[in-house]
Amino acid sequence: MSSLLEMSGISKSFDGFQAIKNLSLNIGEPELRAVIGPNGAGKTTFMDIITGKTKPDKGTILFGDDNRSLVGMSESAIASLGIGRKFQKPTVFEAQSVRENLAMALKNPRGPFSVLFYKKTREGAARLEEIADEINLTEHLTRPAGELSHGQKQWLEIGMLLAQSPRLLLVDEPAAGMTAHEREHTTDILKRAAQTRAVIVVEHDMEFVRRLECKVTVLHEGSVLAEGSLDHVTNNKTVVDVYLGRTDVEN
Amino acid sequence: MSETHMQPRTFIARNPSVLYFLAALGVFTAIVTVLSDATGAGLISTSFVKTLGKTLCLCLVAIAMDVVWGYCGILSLGHFAFFGIGGYAIGMWLMYARTELIVAESLAGQVIPPTPQEISDAIGNQIFGVVGSSEFPTIWMFADSLFVQLALVVLVPGLLALVFGWLAFRSRVTGVYLSILTQAMTLALALYLFQNDSGLRGNNGLSGLQNIPGFEDSGQDAISIAFFLASALALALGYVLFAWITDSKLGNIIQAIRDDESRVRFLGYHVESYKLFVFTVTAIVAGIAGALYYPQAGIINPAEIAPIASIYLAVWVAIGGRGRLYGAVIGAALVSLLSSWFTGGGAPNIDLGFYVVQWVDWWLVLLGLTFVLVTLFAPKGIAGVFDRLVRKS
Repeated sequence: MSSLLEMSGISKSFDGFQAIKNLSLNIGEPELRAVIGPNGAGKTTFMDIITGKTKPDKGTILFGDDNRSLVGMSESAIASLGIGRKFQKPTVFEAQSVRENLAMALKNPRGPFSVLFYKKTREGAARLEEIADEINLTEHLTRPAGELSHGQKQWLEIGMLLAQSPRLLLVDEPAAGMTAHEREHTTDILKRAAQTRAVIVVEHDMEFVRRLECKVTVLHEGSVLAEGSLDHVTNNKTVVDVYLGRTDVEN
Repeated sequence: MSETHMQPRTFIARNPSVLYFLAALGVFTAIVTVLSDATGAGLISTSFVKTLGKTLCLCLVAIAMDVVWGYCGILSLGHFAFFGIGGYAIGMWLMYARTELIVAESLAGQVIPPTPQEISDAIGNQIFGVVGSSEFPTIWMFADSLFVQLALVVLVPGLLALVFGWLAFRSRVTGVYLSILTQAMTLALALYLFQNDSGLRGNNGLSGLQNIPGFEDSGQDAISIAFFLASALALALGYVLFAWITDSKLGNIIQAIRDDESRVRFLGYHVESYKLFVFTVTAIVAGIAGALYYPQAGIINPAEIAPIASIYLAVWVAIGGRGRLYGAVIGAALVSLLSSWFTGGGAPNIDLGFYVVQWVDWWLVLLGLTFVLVTLFAPKGIAGVFDRLVRKS
């Protein structure tokens, strides 16, 4: 397992509010990592900073084998490097079909002219079918994405991320609003995805995190409070105080 | 891979409306041509042929507006500026070449043949006398060349859109702010052209554009039909071009940009390039539409590109139905024809006894009301109603 993403000394404040404070984090490749923390711990800002939506005030982010610095790069350039992001609220393009949604995400040249003259390839179609199968949406390929159920939209979005063939996948609360059965399938998708790439899952739901069976990072007030297995961090006194003590999650 | 999940393979199979539209346009064009003065039938007057030809040009700029707004989500309220620029570019050649012929004719009777300088001065006097000048401004440099002016029809709107769009999109100006910015652009251009020293005859604009140099022997009946057919051809080509663009994968991307711009960024697409592409291509088509429109109108002046013109364009597309090319055509044709019927004295005024409803004044109220009602109750416009009927049958 080699290091894929190295964040060190990241700080970010908004109008005096310190959202991220001297945050350092290493992710290997492949790796599955869960990031947990109470509301306001800086989880969303943490993702915004990696994906280029927010510029950090301080600190460095290095990505990939040649240690490219991500600070200052545009969202689309970072996405092209191989970092995909799934938002908390499922954001799929509802007016377009499931197939079109996946096709837009497929790893292909992204310039306007190559897209204008893009011809569907056999490999592309095969890859698309493969992903559709993975996310249980083969039967729904021609339906508008807006007609899908909440859980199916979440899967479609994960499918779109997989189609980008990213090296690092950032997933924000993938299980929100899902039925128990859907959660199980989501866990499988994420675990499988993490066999070949780095996956960071931000999640509130402890039961879901437990099922991921991976290393857990606890964020609190913008910095890392604890890191290790779920049992390790849930036995940590400070973690219990600041996080678990404040929520209804059972220890 | 099962066939049931595949899309129709051919462009026409995926877009049957293109075929229907082209067929309808072809039939309409044939009927108008046969019934026009030019063929001797004389059932459709030359001036009405011109009105129909102009309407086709408005339909062309409307489908461009539909692509930029209905598909890409950029509510540009400045596309009529590009339309006007196209008209000015071709108008300069039309006016220059015709004046040159007239001047040459009137000087031909002289004992001493006129020098080139004298001819040039006389043309300048004819064209710019109205704004108290006889000097050719620099922008008329190539006015004697049809080829260059035709190139300018495409280049000037294209470059203006490219520069304006680059500045606006790069700064991530979106939504209503972008709309205001485009209004400012068309207003600034109109105000500039209103000045006498703008070099384009100030508020007089360019006139006599219906007289095509080299076709003095052809009557207006023949010329009007020629422009009508050219406009129909341009609309057909524009329709196919935009149908192809919106059907391509780029069409998916621009609709995705309309629905969620930042999500598209995270998919790795450079959103600004796509917006710039759409903005520029549609501006060029608007310029071509304008270049076909104004020789049929006969005159162009800065009032044509006043901010309200671009707003009307958006109203047409909204009433016709956004996100459907035929919707834009229906909206532009219906509303612009109704508009000239109501404001041109075609509609009888309604005498209520205590008040006479004069349509010249009340047409705008009716149009505004229709716009509000359509926005509230039929967001997909007339085409949306149309879609529902087709699906039911």
